[in-house]
Amino acid sequence: MEKPIAGGSGSAAPLEVVLPRPGAQRAQPAAITRWLENEKLLAAVLLAPAVILLGLFIAYPFVMGVWLSLSNTSVGNVGEFVGVRNFVKAWHDSIFQTAFRNTFFYTFWATVFKLGLGMWLALLLNRNFRGKRIVRASMLLPFIVPTVLSTFAWRWMFDPTFSVLNWLLYRTGAITTKLPFLSDGVYGMWCAIAVNTWRGMPFFAITLLAGLQTINPDLHEAASLDGANGWQRFWRVTWPLLKPVTLVVVVFSVIQTFSDFQLIYVLTNGGPANSTHLLATYAYQVGVATGLLGEGAAISLFMLPVLFIVVWLQLRYLRRLEGA
Amino acid sequence: MAQEDRTSVSRRMFLRASGAAAGVVAATGLEGMLAARRAPAFAQGTRLHLLRWNDFIPACDVILRQQLLPEANKLLGADVQLETINANDLQPRITAAIQSGSGADIIMTLHNWPHLYKSGAVDVTDLADWQAKDQGGFYGQSEQAVKDGKSYLALPWSISGLLIAYRKSWFNDMGATAPPKTLEEYRQLGMKLKKKGHPVGQTLGHTFGDAPAWSYPLLWNFGAAERDRASKVVLDSRETVESVKWMTAFWKDACDEGGFAWDDTNNNRAFLAGEISATLNGASIYIAAKRGQEKIKDEKGEPMWRDIDHFPIPNGPAGSWGYHIPFSHMVMKYGKNQKLAKDFLRWLHGKETFQKWFEVAEGFSVGSTKHWEQSPMWGKLDDAMKLYRTAAQASRIVGYAGPPDAKASEVYSKYIVTDMYAKAAQGTAPDEAVKWATGELKRIYG
Repeated sequence: MEKPIAGGSGSAAPLEVVLPRPGAQRAQPAAITRWLENEKLLAAVLLAPAVILLGLFIAYPFVMGVWLSLSNTSVGNVGEFVGVRNFVKAWHDSIFQTAFRNTFFYTFWATVFKLGLGMWLALLLNRNFRGKRIVRASMLLPFIVPTVLSTFAWRWMFDPTFSVLNWLLYRTGAITTKLPFLSDGVYGMWCAIAVNTWRGMPFFAITLLAGLQTINPDLHEAASLDGANGWQRFWRVTWPLLKPVTLVVVVFSVIQTFSDFQLIYVLTNGGPANSTHLLATYAYQVGVATGLLGEGAAISLFMLPVLFIVVWLQLRYLRRLEGA
Repeated sequence: MAQEDRTSVSRRMFLRASGAAAGVVAATGLEGMLAARRAPAFAQGTRLHLLRWNDFIPACDVILRQQLLPEANKLLGADVQLETINANDLQPRITAAIQSGSGADIIMTLHNWPHLYKSGAVDVTDLADWQAKDQGGFYGQSEQAVKDGKSYLALPWSISGLLIAYRKSWFNDMGATAPPKTLEEYRQLGMKLKKKGHPVGQTLGHTFGDAPAWSYPLLWNFGAAERDRASKVVLDSRETVESVKWMTAFWKDACDEGGFAWDDTNNNRAFLAGEISATLNGASIYIAAKRGQEKIKDEKGEPMWRDIDHFPIPNGPAGSWGYHIPFSHMVMKYGKNQKLAKDFLRWLHGKETFQKWFEVAEGFSVGSTKHWEQSPMWGKLDDAMKLYRTAAQASRIVGYAGPPDAKASEVYSKYIVTDMYAKAAQGTAPDEAVKWATGELKRIYG
């Protein structure tokens, strides 16, 4: 070994530096470590699990769905390519037309109510009061409870013969004959919207509350000092600052509501007489219950362009906000 | 001549060969097991998965699980697992199983579903021929439900008869000492009952049993039909419009209008709660009332079962037909234990085993063969149940008057006939409702 070179000056302790001998071999790092030092390779390795999962559970079923929609596949029978025949057939199907309209109607009104009520709840919960934490936590319950479970409970409450709501309204004298909650198409649709609102409102509330918490209270104070009332403070101060997070939560909600299946399936199963079918439930009835997989896939793919446009508009608007 | 001698098969050779084949079959089939008094050479613990509905007579599932399947396990040296689900979920399960190539080895099917799942079903013609020969021949609808040409796609198991259960005392109060003989009499009586707060209960919802069992016979009883014998759609007829008009009036005048949202259990619950006076149903209402007589009482505090009786769907202008639902067991082509499955079915559908299940059903299910009309069990049943013994004789099947093929099953699965009546009852003009249904049928049948 080389004699260490002394460093430092004066009375300082010598600094010993051991230099490698020229020509001496350095211990090689393991091959895998060498590979992972390549940034591009490391990125690929880290992304691989997510890509594989997305590929298996999102991309593959999507591609299969597209293939099915362009074929005449039925249960147990490999189909042949038929082009857009399934789409044309669906478009002229009166039940599909009802389901298509219902999906927009259901999504629009459920989103409006969830946004309005969610915002109201978020504003209330943004205040200080005793028990705030417990209230905030328990408010999430409708969203956390499995949809099938809560919808079964609602179905019991709307039961055509034994509805506790009808009983209550009858006992209080509000009605003299029972309301056809699930046995009338219009009532059925509004019941579904009510259940969806009850279920989804906490999601809006908790997300908007998080947004409200980021707004500096000094802004409200300043507005108050300038003479703004409650509504003006909300409209001029709170709402503009809350727009980005509102947009995100609305888009997520629209995507989930537009493609809703389990709530309608459990509550009405698309009835009475197909009047409460959504695209997802009708696709299921045709594709899975009846075994016409090609036709069912085509019905479900009608959701794609609508949701694509919704997401594209959102991204465009967000980019504009960021630019501003 | 010499060439013919070399290529032709003599009678002696044929008999020798088929006798040897029969011997092989007997030695390895169920008879062989019984003769040898030992389980066959299936790998120990070979599993067989049987998927059925949640029986409306719970005791039927109990006897399967606790007695019959353990017996089968010993005899076959296998492990037969029973899974029961809501009948409305059977079709989605079958579709998923066939498409994925995995699932239950034997699945119970209703109506003419086997035609829809033809490509996923094992041919069980040998078993069906044996059962028909052994038990006096199948009922027409049992055979039509599973037979495609000369092949059997599933093995008929039972038929659930559907009759109208009614409250005798309430009918008496309205002056009806005997059940109505015609549909119009039924409507008039129902009108009086509804005014007294005891409407008739009938589902027009998307549910597997009660809805088609009412809506299809309603067509037939007015002389209407989906198709003619040449499979041409003939729904758009004066007779169909008349049946829809009658149903619309019946609905408004006599029925509990909540029935649009009922499944197959709602009418049972409504009847046993004293909310409705009559409903088309299997025997489960009567059986449940009798078995739960301590709790299920009428308004006088008496056990309700004593006030329940049954009558068939009354005559329309073209007579009276019923639709009694055929049940069968389908062996799945993707299954890895097809031989075991067929041996199991041979045992399950045999007289000795089926008898035990049949007696527990107490008339809710009749056999798929005529043999069971002679069962001494009928002598032990109450008078109110005796009509079920021969109910299956007067039954047509979906698709009538054409064959009950896959397209007929598609029409059934989409509830087109039921929805035709539901639309009219909800306010659509009867001829419009019929036009809509005809359009839907033509899109399917062509």
